[in-house]
Amino acid sequence: MQIATKDRTAVSMVKEALDKAKRCKNYNIFVSLNEEAAIKRAEEIDAKIAKGEDAGRLAGVPYALKDNFLSREGATTASSKILEPFKSPITSTTVKKLEAEGAIMIGRTNMDSFAHGSSTENSYFGPTLNAYDETRVAGGSSGGSAVAVAKGIVQFATGTDTGGSIRQPASFNGVFGFKPTYGTISRYGVVAMASSTDCIGFFANSASDIDLLMQICSGQDPYDMTTLPDYYNESEQAVSGDLSRQRERRIGSSPVTTGRATGAPDIAAPVRIGIIKDFDLSKIDKNIKDAFDKKIAELKESGYEIVELDMPALKYALAVYYIVVPAEISSNLSRHDGVRYGYRSKDAKSLEEVYSFSRNLGFMPENKRRIMIGNFVLSSGFYDAYYLKAQKARTLIIKEYENAFKKCDFILTPVSPNPAFKLGEKVNDPISMYLEDVMSVPLNLAGVPGLAIPVGRTEPTDTAKEGLPIGLQIVGPRRSDKALLEFASKITKREGK
Amino acid sequence: MEKITREEIDHLAELSNFSLTDAEKDSLGTDLGNIIGYISQLDELDTKDTEPTYQVFEMENIWRPDEIQPQEADREALLNLAPAEQDNQIKVPKVL
Repeated sequence: MQIATKDRTAVSMVKEALDKAKRCKNYNIFVSLNEEAAIKRAEEIDAKIAKGEDAGRLAGVPYALKDNFLSREGATTASSKILEPFKSPITSTTVKKLEAEGAIMIGRTNMDSFAHGSSTENSYFGPTLNAYDETRVAGGSSGGSAVAVAKGIVQFATGTDTGGSIRQPASFNGVFGFKPTYGTISRYGVVAMASSTDCIGFFANSASDIDLLMQICSGQDPYDMTTLPDYYNESEQAVSGDLSRQRERRIGSSPVTTGRATGAPDIAAPVRIGIIKDFDLSKIDKNIKDAFDKKIAELKESGYEIVELDMPALKYALAVYYIVVPAEISSNLSRHDGVRYGYRSKDAKSLEEVYSFSRNLGFMPENKRRIMIGNFVLSSGFYDAYYLKAQKARTLIIKEYENAFKKCDFILTPVSPNPAFKLGEKVNDPISMYLEDVMSVPLNLAGVPGLAIPVGRTEPTDTAKEGLPIGLQIVGPRRSDKALLEFASKITKREGK
Repeated sequence: MEKITREEIDHLAELSNFSLTDAEKDSLGTDLGNIIGYISQLDELDTKDTEPTYQVFEMENIWRPDEIQPQEADREALLNLAPAEQDNQIKVPKVL
């Protein structure tokens, strides 16, 4: 992470980022820019630096904020009509922590409305274009954040990941994207989607940059009762404290390397990498399959042990996800009723019409599908067959991960079965869109962490001169986040334009 | 593909508080039918003797003292968000 100095001022970094953002306007990355406030904050940071004061670990670093994080600066819309006039009176914990370290928000990034989608085409403000091919989708739901990092506008961006919304756009745009263990980062002040799977995470150009953001943002928050005590920074202290004792630190039941995130490799025991036999590789794009096989061969060559895993319940994860998540969405989004905040239909003559007109005009088609599916699986007569059944299947999926991590330290899979698809190709076919998430959703159901890493490109095409980015996903057991990012640092190199 | 009737769509629209147009009901009927068809594959999975999981947070309930703390947003800030307001209250059309 490059921070501001006397020579490279915060103001110059922020102005440069804003200029790049404006030059990339055709990609539709930002919903709004935070120009005036950002430059003012940069001047404050520069004044601190000039006086020789500590301006923070992210001093003057411009960043992009996904449009579902509340901040008192500007308006938060979750890229929806129903929240379009929402000027938050509070600031989310994550934004507060980033800004306490000197980071400067330069704008809010486009997303699928309420994070419902895998392409950013469900945004009220139109789709974001892929960083490598303007005829293809950015992925989603955090599409704007991924492209903001991929185009070199910012060094990092925030995202939310309920079923792949960080990892999939990261892989579609050739950047790193991390979904931590459930409960690692406070969700206070972030627009809720599905409370049992929602996670806050980041896009950046390296695993070590993400490590720094995790150090800053993880930890318990009195305003979010689902945050874990700060295990993330505990693991760091342990590493810098007594290396010899920590060498054999066990995560799950297996030894894992614990070198410093930015230090030299410190392999105490060979890391075992799991690969899942049950994914039907014939349904995976050949470019991705080849990149996956190549990475596995490389890892073998470097001395890592490769372990084959049986995880037969994983193929039901997508069906479980599209029961559990819509159920939680239907409940969480009932608060958007046109009464207390947000959009209210001018035509409503009764209270019932305030609700039903405002909701019908304020939500996008995909929001409506998910809310109605949620109400279907929760309604009397269907609850046992769908919702309860899915929650039982969820237990089986969690057990499969627990068993898998007795045999290996990390699992490697593709992020999605295909590289970025064409704009408009899947937006009217919900099932084919949902199938893009088949490899990313199981992690959210189990609450385990996952990092998308860029591993190469497809062959160039007429519209993608450099080829389309390919991403793989490293999955670890719960609370292995620090070790996972350290491992990723060892097997990847820095990206970025 | 599962069949989903117009009555069922109307019922779900009512539960969801949407004033759907006829065209929306047609397209949602097809989409929801396909989605329900897809998620019904769970029938194959044997979940006998399996307990449901409702959340993956590893901790028990967390308690805090029931005391009023200063909040970032006060009454005025919250009222300012409402689409209509009168006499320090949120205003809606007549209910009775």
